[in-house]
Amino acid sequence: MFKYLNPRRFYHAVGKKHFWEFIVLALFLLFFYGPLLNMFMLAFADTYEVPAVLPQEWGFKWWGFVLGQKSLRSSIFQSYLVAAITTVCSMVLCIPAAYAIARFKFPGRKLFMLSFLLTNAFPKLGIYTSIAILFYRYNLMGTLVGVVIIHMINSMMFMVWLPASAFRSVHRQQEEAARDVGAGPIRTFFKVTLPMATPGIAVATLYTFLGSMEEAQGTMLVGLARIKTMPVEMYGIILDYPGQAGAVFSILLLIPSVVLIFAMRKYIGPEAIAGGFKMK
Amino acid sequence: MSERNVKLEIRDMTKKYDNGDGVEHINLKIYEGEIVTLLGPSGCGKSTILRTLGGFLDTTSGDILIDGKSIIALPPEKRPTAMVFQSYNLWPHMTVYENLAFGLKLRKRPKAEIDASIQEHLALVSMTGTEKKYPGQLSGGQQQRIAIARSLMLKPAVLLLDEPFSALDAKIRQQMREELKRIQSELKITVVFVTHDQEEAMALSHRIVVMNKGVFEQVGSPTEIYDDPASKYVASFIGEMNFMDRDGKTLAVRPEDAAIVPEGEADAKGTVRMIMVLGHYVEVHVQCGEAVVKCFVDREVSDRLALGDRVGLKFEKCHMF
Repeated sequence: MFKYLNPRRFYHAVGKKHFWEFIVLALFLLFFYGPLLNMFMLAFADTYEVPAVLPQEWGFKWWGFVLGQKSLRSSIFQSYLVAAITTVCSMVLCIPAAYAIARFKFPGRKLFMLSFLLTNAFPKLGIYTSIAILFYRYNLMGTLVGVVIIHMINSMMFMVWLPASAFRSVHRQQEEAARDVGAGPIRTFFKVTLPMATPGIAVATLYTFLGSMEEAQGTMLVGLARIKTMPVEMYGIILDYPGQAGAVFSILLLIPSVVLIFAMRKYIGPEAIAGGFKMK
Repeated sequence: MSERNVKLEIRDMTKKYDNGDGVEHINLKIYEGEIVTLLGPSGCGKSTILRTLGGFLDTTSGDILIDGKSIIALPPEKRPTAMVFQSYNLWPHMTVYENLAFGLKLRKRPKAEIDASIQEHLALVSMTGTEKKYPGQLSGGQQQRIAIARSLMLKPAVLLLDEPFSALDAKIRQQMREELKRIQSELKITVVFVTHDQEEAMALSHRIVVMNKGVFEQVGSPTEIYDDPASKYVASFIGEMNFMDRDGKTLAVRPEDAAIVPEGEADAKGTVRMIMVLGHYVEVHVQCGEAVVKCFVDREVSDRLALGDRVGLKFEKCHMF
């Protein structure tokens, strides 16, 4: 059995081209999944000293520790709260904007769309600091509202571009047909346009939610340690506790992403995302 | 036929786009139970007129009346018209049943009535049993049938059809044409049909409006338009036509009206250039000076012809423009 794993034998068995492909793939997998695997391993290690490959003791000690900390538990709640509020507010604000971009031709439309890219093009830290100056004036520092605004700024590009492309893919005739059989403009929007654009909007919502869940920089700066979401809490854990606590916390952060992506796997794909970045 | 009711009237209607295109001073009366086709090349304004009838385009001036009442101020959902578009008529997230029921549900009809109407109209368009399917599971022709059924269910005063068959295969198109004609004669509904396909217009219509660059070139029955084209444009657009210069004017002859005769009794003389057997008739091209005249003749005539023969042409019917 093991003689078939001899590299020379393997090289000649699969051919030159495939051999190198195999090596590249193996390296890629190691690079990609290595850290993840390490994280899972650490999360279930009671004691682990660095030079060893495997932990000296396995167990759930750090899970107990993380879940036992009140501040950590409250940060989980805080994270979901902020993400939910951000998502809802962002939908209310951005979906009408997306519809306008998709359906109406107005001067400066392209510039309007590009402006969403700009907030992502500048160094975030610079933006946050200048926003902080404004926030101090309006007493938004350290408030939930302030943090939600920061999260919304980050999500706007996705939340406008993806739904706009979804709305564009609804044919005008389909809306006109609804008007024709007797539906007014508002009913047409809710019964025909919106349902048909739902997949695109759902993907955008997912990105917004997940983006908000993992946002740390802005939350820390603007939240002033009063609004402590999971990623903010994570900074403290990494500094104060052994790596195992951080690993446990990472897995907790990972759960919502995995669940949501799995639930919406049908809609998430290169095409859905590429469709959102068409400038028309 | 003079006491026929005017169902739809367009009075001095003008629709100008920002770029200057559009239609001006359109006047047209459409009678009850009639199929009127707006025929013309793309960009001639035929769809513009239809869309103003449906309420999807504002007019610049003029009036549109249905049963004597102006509908110009009404939005599409309030108009007694129903429109079938070239494509994308159906809502893909709804089943055929839901697509059909949408309009009647808005009108708050009882479910039993809606169900009965759906059954009746599915049968009418030969689509019984497809209620639970989604539009994506139907072929293009089937989707158009459902779209027509949906429009008919609302009992519109006028049915508007905007090139409904032009996205379909030639064979299905022909079949749909016959089907539409049957449905129309069963229901006696008034239909305004838009197409760029002259054959479709000839086959379907009671009257044809031939349009060019935003104006009506001719309005008449298919035979009137075929036999007596009012302008050179109409003559060239409908059916096949030979054109020849005669003393500064243009002589137009249908291929079937150009008979091949001995040179003595001929209106024109020429040489046989090509003989093509097309089934029960033969297409013969005769070179007369500059022009090539196309003639449709019987097999017994063509059998006596050979390429390069000198022949005469007699024009049994011709038009001067």
